[in-house]
Amino acid sequence: MPIIATQPSVRVVTLRIDGHDLSAREDETIIEVCRENKIPIPSLCWMDGLSVVGACRLCMVEVAGQNRLLAACATRVAEGMEVTTTSEKLQRYRRTLVELLFAERNHICSVCVSNGHCELQWLATTCGVDHVRMPYRNHGYAVDSTHEMFRVDHNRCVLCTRCVRVCDEIEGAHTWDIMGRGSDCQVITDLARPWGASDTCTSCGKCVQVCPTGALVKQGTSVGEMVKDQHFLPILARRRSAR
Amino acid sequence: MTTHSNASTSSASQPQPAAGAETSTDDKIQVATIWLDGCSGCHMSFLDMDERLVDLVQKIDIVYSPFVDTKTLPEQVDVGIIEGSISNEEDLHKAKRFRKHCKLLISLGDCAVNGNIPAMRNPFKLESVYERAYLENVNVHQQIPSVGVPALLKTVLPVHAVVTIDVFVPGCPPNADAIHAVLSELIAGRTPQPLSHTRFGA
Repeated sequence: MPIIATQPSVRVVTLRIDGHDLSAREDETIIEVCRENKIPIPSLCWMDGLSVVGACRLCMVEVAGQNRLLAACATRVAEGMEVTTTSEKLQRYRRTLVELLFAERNHICSVCVSNGHCELQWLATTCGVDHVRMPYRNHGYAVDSTHEMFRVDHNRCVLCTRCVRVCDEIEGAHTWDIMGRGSDCQVITDLARPWGASDTCTSCGKCVQVCPTGALVKQGTSVGEMVKDQHFLPILARRRSAR
Repeated sequence: MTTHSNASTSSASQPQPAAGAETSTDDKIQVATIWLDGCSGCHMSFLDMDERLVDLVQKIDIVYSPFVDTKTLPEQVDVGIIEGSISNEEDLHKAKRFRKHCKLLISLGDCAVNGNIPAMRNPFKLESVYERAYLENVNVHQQIPSVGVPALLKTVLPVHAVVTIDVFVPGCPPNADAIHAVLSELIAGRTPQPLSHTRFGA
């Protein structure tokens, strides 16, 4: 006997994105609709399968009738909404945001294990960052190699908090957290103890796979060798929400 | 941005410098290159253009470069190409000299564009950098050199932090195709789009 899934009563709305008439479920966000329809919006903290924090601001879009920019990941679609995903202003802001990320910590691609497989590097190319216009902070951060399988290099971290969310929401271990403010802000394991000494870490490696840069990597990888696989996330997230 | 067509026409009216002038003709674009704090990999990559160099020298003249013997930078050059970051007083001086004498300046490679490997000393104090290099890791004749060598700057800077740059070509090194594309666009009088051929760390 076939299992009949109960259809939740979700309405469908129509909206325009970059001049295209689109329909979407009313519980979807702008970025989800854009991803489904292959409309490119840069993003860093957003990830299909994780909760939304709206932290990186790279997915900002213009919505007609709004006098401010809205984060596409944190804005639900609405009937008759008119969205612009690319404009000179948006491109200028996105480029500046990516440049600030590069200026903040050490992102020297040529010697990074994630060279060629890095989302920040890819964002630089797509947002037109051919150089960084602001002065580099040149502040050194720690590298924690105490875990037997993985390593965290805070110099490469962009504080997207994907590791914090995947560990809490998908793995259920909640090993990762955020500590400190401003330039002291960094991800920590188990109340800022060394990762290798963590009681809660299950060594599942999900944090490593979702990390967009070379901040969380496997031990023993050399330049350009750290290729990440994020296919597991939407599958696990859907299974969890179906439970 | 200065496009190449007008750059090369106006160069014809410029007084030709003594050194290197005997080989250059008026309709050729004069190119100077320099190697600051880098590994010379970008210059190697330039040579990797291989047989395309033969066509290229029909259109450009390399008037000053590690590639050629000329020791003086001509008064007026159309295109200056800088490899390497600004790490010491001499780099700073050379970059400023290039800006003064080149109509269009290209930052070639990650060291010039973002500091790259040389800039990895930046989180450390300059004294500890000197100590590490000349005292800690040296067994015999430990000394911090001070005579005949330029003083290091406190922090390594990308070239655009000290002079205005017109074209940025990232990459470690930018591959020969990227360099060829950029030069071809400039020769054709168009604005090159280096990011469609190369990226940081490429």
